[in-house]
Amino acid sequence: MTTEIELQAPAGAAEDSVVDDFVSRKYRHGFVTDIESESAPPGLNEDTVRWISARKKEPAWLLEWRLKALQQWQKMPQPDWAHLQIDPIDFQAISYFSAPKSDKDRPQSLDEVDPKLLETYDKLGVPLHERARLAGVAVDAVFDSVSVGTTFKKELKEAGVIFCSFSEAVQDYPELVRKYLGSVVPTRDNYFAALNSAVFSDGSFVFVPKGVRCPMELSTYFRINAAETGQFERTLVIAEDASYVSYLEGCTAPMRDENQLHAAVVELVALEDAEIKYSTVQNWYPGDENGQGGIYNFVTKRGDCRGDRSRISWTQVETGSAITWKYPSCVLRGDDTRGEFYSVALTNNYQQADTGTKMIHLGKNTRSKIISKGISAGHGQNSYRGLVKVGQKADNARNFTQCDSMLIGKKCGAHTFPYIEVGNRTAKIEHEATTSRIGEDQLFYCLQRGISEEDAVSMIVDGFCKQVFRELPMEFAVEAKALLEVSLEGAVG
Amino acid sequence: MLKIKNLHATVDGKPILKGLSLEVGRGEIHAIMGPNGSGKSTLANVIAGRDGYEVTEGSVEMDGQNLLELEPEERAHAGVFLAFQYPVEIPGVNNTYFLRAALNAQRKARGEPELDSMEFLKLVREKLEILHIEDDLLHRAVNDGFSGGEKKRNEIFQMAVLEPRLAILDETDSGLDIDALKLVSDGVNRLRSEDRSMIVVTHYQRLLDHIVPDAVHVLSDGKIAASGGADLARKLEDQGYAWLESGGIEAVEQAASA
Repeated sequence: MTTEIELQAPAGAAEDSVVDDFVSRKYRHGFVTDIESESAPPGLNEDTVRWISARKKEPAWLLEWRLKALQQWQKMPQPDWAHLQIDPIDFQAISYFSAPKSDKDRPQSLDEVDPKLLETYDKLGVPLHERARLAGVAVDAVFDSVSVGTTFKKELKEAGVIFCSFSEAVQDYPELVRKYLGSVVPTRDNYFAALNSAVFSDGSFVFVPKGVRCPMELSTYFRINAAETGQFERTLVIAEDASYVSYLEGCTAPMRDENQLHAAVVELVALEDAEIKYSTVQNWYPGDENGQGGIYNFVTKRGDCRGDRSRISWTQVETGSAITWKYPSCVLRGDDTRGEFYSVALTNNYQQADTGTKMIHLGKNTRSKIISKGISAGHGQNSYRGLVKVGQKADNARNFTQCDSMLIGKKCGAHTFPYIEVGNRTAKIEHEATTSRIGEDQLFYCLQRGISEEDAVSMIVDGFCKQVFRELPMEFAVEAKALLEVSLEGAVG
Repeated sequence: MLKIKNLHATVDGKPILKGLSLEVGRGEIHAIMGPNGSGKSTLANVIAGRDGYEVTEGSVEMDGQNLLELEPEERAHAGVFLAFQYPVEIPGVNNTYFLRAALNAQRKARGEPELDSMEFLKLVREKLEILHIEDDLLHRAVNDGFSGGEKKRNEIFQMAVLEPRLAILDETDSGLDIDALKLVSDGVNRLRSEDRSMIVVTHYQRLLDHIVPDAVHVLSDGKIAASGGADLARKLEDQGYAWLESGGIEAVEQAASA
C-alpha cells in the first residue's frame, strides 16, 4: 500500500543557485605526485580514490573496495524520487579530500570569531570551553580538552571498548573493519552510499565486546574530541553478544563547515541480545533566510539486528541543513528483535527535509516502532517517508507508526509518504497520522495568559516533540529544546 | 475601573458591536446577558485583544490606561484575564509549567521578581486550598483530554494563580452539569475581592444564582439594551429575550424596576 498525503502546496520555494557556491577552491599543489598536499584537486575518478587511499596509508583490500564502489557509483543515476528540489550538483567540481586545517590557518582566539556565531552559542548555553573548539579556534588555544579526553579513554580501555577514528581503526583493527565494513550498507546500496564508500574521509569506529555495557554515553567523549571529520563521514558501530552502547552524534551548536555536500554512511551491527541506541542532533548550516547556501545532507544510516533478541533504536533531531535526505533504518534479521525510530525534523525558511525510516522485518516475532514529528515553518518543506516491510518468514511481526506534522504559518508544507509491504498474514501494522497547524487559538490562549508569542511557539513545539525528546539522554534533550527555539526564531509574526 | 465608551467592533468586516458603553467599578461583578449573536463573546474578545476583532470606534480604558493600544500579552500583564468559553488544549505542555511561565512572564513585565519552582509550588498549593480543588490537574498537559468540567475548573485555577484585576468569564457555565457549575461558581466566589472586577458573560440566568452580580446588562444587537440589578436576570429568565425583537425595552425596564 502506498498513499500520499499532501498538505498546502509549496509556495514557490525556489532555491537560488547554490551550485555556484560549490567548492571551487584554488589548490596550491599538483596531483598525485604530491602526497603531502592539503587537498585533492576537484574532480572524481580512479586517481582521486587512489590518492585518498594512499594519503591515508590504507591496505590494498580497502583501496580495492573503494575502487569497486567508485565503479558502481559511476553507473548509477542520482536519485530523484525524494520530495526535494535540488539544484544539479557538479560532482566533478568538488574536492573529495581536504586535510584538517593547520592551527595557523585557524582563528587564534574567540575574538576572531564571527560575533553572530558566539551569540548563538550564548543562546544555546554552550559551555565556554566548548565554544572555542566549535568555532574552530586553534587547538592549543582550547583549554582543558586533552586531559578530559584522556580520562575517558582510560576508562573505556579498561572496559574493553574500542572507540577511535575510522582511520585509526583501519590501521589498528583491520580485521574487524574488514569483517563488518559494508556488511550493513553495501557499496552499491544507493547513489550516495556508493559515493561515500569510494571517497569517505574519516569517521568513528566503536566496538563493544561480548557482555560489556559501555560505561558512558559515547557523546561526551566525542564532543570534546571531535576532529573535523569532513564531508564524507563513515561510522561503524559493532555491539557483540549481550553488550550495550549508547552513541550520541552531532552537536546542538552550529558547526563551522566549509563543505557544502555531505554524504555520510553509518552502519550498526547488533549481535545476540545486544542493544544499540544511536542519537543524532543535526544542526549543519541551513542557509540564510532567503535560501542561500546551506549544507546538502545525504545520509545512509542502517542498523542490522543480526542476532536474536537484539535491539536498535534511532533517535534524531534534525534542524539543520538546506536539504536533508535521510532514512535511518533497521533490518530485523534475528528472531525477537526490535527496531525503533524517533524523529523530530524541523524545516524553517527555505529548508527541505525528506526523512523517515525503513523497518525491514525478517525474523520471527519482530517489533518496530516509529514516532515521527515533522515541523514546518517559513517556506520549509517537510516530508516523512517510511517503509514497513514484512518478509514471508517474519511470523508475528508488529509495527506501530505515528506520524505527526505541525505547520507554522501558511507558506510551508508537510507531506507523508508511508509505504507498507506485507508478505506474511500474521503481521499487525498500525499507522496513525495527524497534521495540525499551530492554531491561532493556541497562540492566543498563551498570549492572553501573558506569554510572549515567541515563547508560546517554542512551548507548543516542545510539547509536540515531547515523545521524541524523552528518548534522548537528559542533557541532550535540554539542548535539543533550546536548539528548536533558536531554529524557530522569527518563524511567527 | 473599566470604562467602555461607544464601542464599535467588526468581525470579518461585519459590525457586531454598535456603540456599546459600560462602566465597571472596582471590585464589582457585572453580568452581561443577551441572546445568541448579540455580541457578548465579541465584547470579551475585544477587551482581551484577540486577532480578527477590529475596533472601529470608541474606547476601552482600564484605570485610565487605553487597553486598545496594548498587545494581548500586554493586556494580560496589565491584569486582564479571560476565562475561555472553549479552553484550548496544548498537548505535551505540562499544566503547571505553562502556568508558571505565564505568571513569571507577567511578573517580569511588571518588574516583580520571578518565582522559582519551590515558591511557585507553594503558591499553587495555597490556591488549590482556597478553591477546594484536587491537584490532579497539575500533572497533566494543558487541557489535554480534560472533561468540560475540568477545563472550566482549570480556567478558574489559572485565574486564582494569576490574580487579575479584571476577569472576564466567557460563558463559563456552558456545557457544565449542575455539580460542575456549583464547583466552578464556588471557586469564582472565593476569588471575589475588592481588587478584582469581573465581567460574567452568560446566556442563562442559572449561573447568576451562584455568582450574584452587582449589576446585570442585557446586550442586544451590539448595544446595551437594558441594565439593572441582580433581579433583572431572574425576570429575564421568566420573559426570555423575545421582547428585544419587538423593541419593548421599556417593558422590561419596568418589569425590572417593578
